[in-house]
Amino acid sequence: MVDGKQQWKGWVYLLPALILLAIFTFWPIVNTIYMAFANGYSSLGNAGGDAVYEFGIENFKKVIQYKNFLNCLKNTCLLCVITVPVSTLLALLISVALNSIKFLNRTLQTIYFLPYVTNSIAIGMVFAMMFNIVGTYNNPITVGIVNNLIEALGGTAVNWINAGSSYWANMAVMIIYIVWNALPFKILILLGGLQSINKQYYDAAKIDGASRSTILWRITVPLLSPMIAYVVITGFIGGFKEYTSIVGVFGDNMGPAGAKGRLNTIVGFIYDQLSNDWYGRASAAALILFLIIFAVTMVNMYVSKKRVHY
Amino acid sequence: MKVTIKNLTKAFPNKKGGEVVAVNNFDFEIPDGKLIGLLGPSGCGKSTTLYMLSGLQKPTSGQIFFGEEDVTELAPEKRGVGLVFQNYALYPHMTVKQNIMFPLQNQHTPKVEMMERVVAAAKLVQLENFLDRKPSELSGGQQQRVAIARALVKSPRVLLLDEPLSNLDARLRLQTREEIKRIQRETNVTTVFVTHDQEEAMSISDLIVVMKLGEIQQIDEPQRVYDNPVNLFVAKFLGTPPINVFRGYIKNKAVYIGEEKIMDTKYEDQELFIGIRPEGFIVNPKGELTCSLRNVEVMGRDKSIVSTHECAVPVADQKQGEEVIIRSIIDSDTVLHNDNGKIHFSIKPNKIFLFNAETELRVNVEEEVTEEAVPAPKKTTRKKKVAESEDK
Repeated sequence: MVDGKQQWKGWVYLLPALILLAIFTFWPIVNTIYMAFANGYSSLGNAGGDAVYEFGIENFKKVIQYKNFLNCLKNTCLLCVITVPVSTLLALLISVALNSIKFLNRTLQTIYFLPYVTNSIAIGMVFAMMFNIVGTYNNPITVGIVNNLIEALGGTAVNWINAGSSYWANMAVMIIYIVWNALPFKILILLGGLQSINKQYYDAAKIDGASRSTILWRITVPLLSPMIAYVVITGFIGGFKEYTSIVGVFGDNMGPAGAKGRLNTIVGFIYDQLSNDWYGRASAAALILFLIIFAVTMVNMYVSKKRVHY
Repeated sequence: MKVTIKNLTKAFPNKKGGEVVAVNNFDFEIPDGKLIGLLGPSGCGKSTTLYMLSGLQKPTSGQIFFGEEDVTELAPEKRGVGLVFQNYALYPHMTVKQNIMFPLQNQHTPKVEMMERVVAAAKLVQLENFLDRKPSELSGGQQQRVAIARALVKSPRVLLLDEPLSNLDARLRLQTREEIKRIQRETNVTTVFVTHDQEEAMSISDLIVVMKLGEIQQIDEPQRVYDNPVNLFVAKFLGTPPINVFRGYIKNKAVYIGEEKIMDTKYEDQELFIGIRPEGFIVNPKGELTCSLRNVEVMGRDKSIVSTHECAVPVADQKQGEEVIIRSIIDSDTVLHNDNGKIHFSIKPNKIFLFNAETELRVNVEEEVTEEAVPAPKKTTRKKKVAESEDK
């Protein structure tokens, strides 16, 4: 500990960061909680400056009663539960493969990292093109590369994202998109972890006669478990905040033409409330989202305590 | 399991596109059930040899036989070797039991038998009460023993140990060394042991292979290597405190250090390096070798006399420019004399080794061997020695 006379210096050094945090983080948090519990809070109602609010859980009640909200919650949870495990597993396999090749290793690492530095709206538009169909529903002319591929393989074209497409076709596109978009960061982290594993464990395993899959599941994965836990936890946190990817593919309709808002997420819901001036409901929804993320992270931490070997 | 190594060579590419020969044309045989020590300074190729035996590295040329079977091309897991790594390489996320069990699980050993063998291996290394601990909860010596148990549990044909004691503190090293010897005797598994510590190699090996820069220098029982080093390198490398080396020469059938005649000889005139073991000195006021007395260190059991001589040459770990010290160990009850700062020694004839100054090969090779012919030593001397020890 710094002794008493020196302590003020420490505070001075911390001050710039503290001021910025106070303005842009702490105050908004306090304000969000305030707005969430101020019944019927909205920016319009507040415009006169003298609106008086009763405090209660009116906003939360309203949010939960929205059918739309439950739909958003379902979409968000589905996307999370599917994409996080899939992308983690894929990232694990890809990084193990990348780590085991010497030739073109650097080049491939760069290629796999490219999506991370690409704008997600742009990626989304490219995805929309890839899954697109043109023409009417009854007489589609396929132009998207995915449908071309399916037809080349003898299948029938699927209406992925256009008017009249099914919910699960939409979800499939979103899952592919999100998984693909989530891979680079996970690969980066896991590859770093792999490279720090002592090669002698693999020599020992070879001497012990372990097969390749045994080495992967009983040596590599446990030794990599801290990194895996990290990408899973951050993956869930990011997944619950999914929004831009859907805007990227479907635009701010948040769904195919004729089914507006079908793929909306919680963040999308909050955004909608904000644009309709229901600041109180938006805040309430944000707090609900926070609680969900908090709970899921707690579960993650609890599980990883048992499974992760540091 | 007898292990035979034939013309084994390993060359690594270096950065300039050339090659570094780590192991050059090794040829030796490890008798069944023996503990053999590969001994040499770092970079001598001893670990490379061990890894080639394990199969983790492929030889550039040459062959390795386990018994009559040629295993040169065999993958590590098919060779049936147990390998103990320098830093043990225990899987940190597995308990002691899981670590020891791992090789057996890979062989799909039935559960009941597996448990029996794990417990037996743990008992052998006296860790049966630690089966549920993680490696991080064990001391260095215990981790070492887990590594040995893991290597032994699959009943390997050959046990390989890569500097197994170098990560232990001095006291534990002594204990573990005896432990390894005991385990080796009990299991009677052919064992190859790599070390740079000559004392370690001498104390537990049945045979030692002294190596330098990828070349085998000498293979023999430890005592015989100590008593009859084939060249200056081996003489310097073995023994603590190290051997004392002087410049000298043979003139008219007599050996000289400086102006002093040390002994008679039957060899031809030549320049020499003369090695004298610390225990080869006898304090004698009329002795043939005169040194300047520096000080006397009392060890209790014996005395260590530190002196200097103008003809002394530095041995390995003396620094450049530092005065070369001659260390002689004598009985503690020996009466010393001081002749104006000089001390006189006579030399025990079996503790003095003559090496040709150019080739550094031994001149006074063991008497019974060199009875017939006494030519100036040529390169053949060493090969002859090696061939001899192989015949045994």
